[in-house]
Amino acid sequence: MKTGFYPGCSMKGSAREYSESLLAVARLLGRELPEVPDWNCCGATAAHNLDRDLALALPARILAAAEKAGMDEVLVPCAACYSRLSVTRHELLEDDALRARISGLIEADYRGTARVINILEWLAGVDGLEGLIKTPFARKVACYYGCLLVRPAGIVKFDRPEEPQSMDRLMKRIGAEPLDWAFKTECCGAGFSVSRTDLVARLSGLILEDAVSRGAEAVIVACPMCHLNLDLRRPNIEKSSHKKIAIPVIYVTQAIGLALGIAPKKLGLQRHKVAVKFAAAPSSGTLKDADPSAGISKSGEV
Amino acid sequence: MSRGPDSPHDRRVLADRVLERTGVDVARCYQCGKCSAGCPLAADMDFPPSQIMHLLQLADFPEFAELALRSHTIWLCLTCELCFCRCPMELDIPKLMDALRYESRAQKKVNPKARDIIAFHRAFLDSVRYTGRLFEMGQVVDYKLRSGHFLQDMLQAPWMFFAGKLHLLPERVRDRRLLKRMFAKTLKAKESRP
Ligand code: SF4
Ligand code: SF4
Repeated sequence: MKTGFYPGCSMKGSAREYSESLLAVARLLGRELPEVPDWNCCGATAAHNLDRDLALALPARILAAAEKAGMDEVLVPCAACYSRLSVTRHELLEDDALRARISGLIEADYRGTARVINILEWLAGVDGLEGLIKTPFARKVACYYGCLLVRPAGIVKFDRPEEPQSMDRLMKRIGAEPLDWAFKTECCGAGFSVSRTDLVARLSGLILEDAVSRGAEAVIVACPMCHLNLDLRRPNIEKSSHKKIAIPVIYVTQAIGLALGIAPKKLGLQRHKVAVKFAAAPSSGTLKDADPSAGISKSGEV
Repeated sequence: MSRGPDSPHDRRVLADRVLERTGVDVARCYQCGKCSAGCPLAADMDFPPSQIMHLLQLADFPEFAELALRSHTIWLCLTCELCFCRCPMELDIPKLMDALRYESRAQKKVNPKARDIIAFHRAFLDSVRYTGRLFEMGQVVDYKLRSGHFLQDMLQAPWMFFAGKLHLLPERVRDRRLLKRMFAKTLKAKESRP
């Protein structure tokens, strides 16, 4: 079984700590994750809002490249990219004429042999995680799945569309206490982060307020877009909800990395807008080798 | 005269064109309102999703279909897939929204309030067309120019740059010629159509 890795654009830029933490965890687990050769952007919301063929052709080129490289499955950690790749594979496998037309556009024969998997599926398949834990991640967490990991259910065929459990189970495996809360799969405002920041601030604010009111110490995410909206947009959220919200937002791979004893800096925790004031165990206080309040949050007030 | 799929000269009613392109049959919607009840942006839309369905159902009155094409709703829809997940008739509303967006643009009926949203999408795809990947720094600058909102996000940029998140130079796909051909045959071909 050869698993390829599709980072997508944001994991090379604004969400690079997601990629850093995933690769650090994979290394420790002895899993290889070669990138899909010469991958391109999946087109995201922009492409499917403006042109159907382009919205299918961009992901199809990625999947065709993975097939050509002999990959049986492609790990797509960004939930938004995961959705575009899954929808494309589904539509092209259902309609031969469409598949032929899109194959023409990408100048390659797309056959659909490589499966598309998300980060939670990949992590669920990791055996022996429990045995490698150095410091249990003993924190109360709100597992935030967002929309696209679990919907549309008929296409992604993953977990439950409204009350999913896979991330909660994963958090239990590393010693965390996942909370019951109401916003697991509510939308954060997705791709409107730049064009309609007002809407993102409102929707993301509701998510964070519920997590805080349930006593969560961290929100765990599995998508760069969700992270961007809940973390980087925090000043906008606080302005819109008229209150200070200090809860950090951590990638699922960062939480696991901390439990596995990987240094916070290697997991990119210092790159967050909202300071992550703990390492793994509740008693450990602030991060020593990567205090995020040094420099970063100060320059954030520019 | 163009008679392509999005052509204004296609005489069939909008509901039929949508059915052909997406498989979503608006006639099956029985107006239960579950989609609108769950939609995170229903309150911001001029017509919540169930009303868009209703506008398309009234096939004898093309002026209603026109309202759907000119709505702010179709551009506000986040494709969060909640409505599709809850619809008792399993109607793929987000897919229908995509089809309405294409038609709205092809017929030049885009709601003026959607200007910023479309400017952002265009800036995004321009970056992908030239480099094959999203170049976040370049895209933000391009969006600022298209939308006229200069300062709004530039304030975030220095912080992102210091956190090592924004790169000054784009990452590029090797086969950029292919990407250009793909754009030329899709988005560009449609935009240059009379
Ligand atoms: S949920 Fe489905 S059936 Fe009910 S109003 Fe919406 S589209 Fe119609
Ligand atoms: S997909 Fe669009 S219409 Fe449906 S619930 Fe989400 S935002 Fe509303």
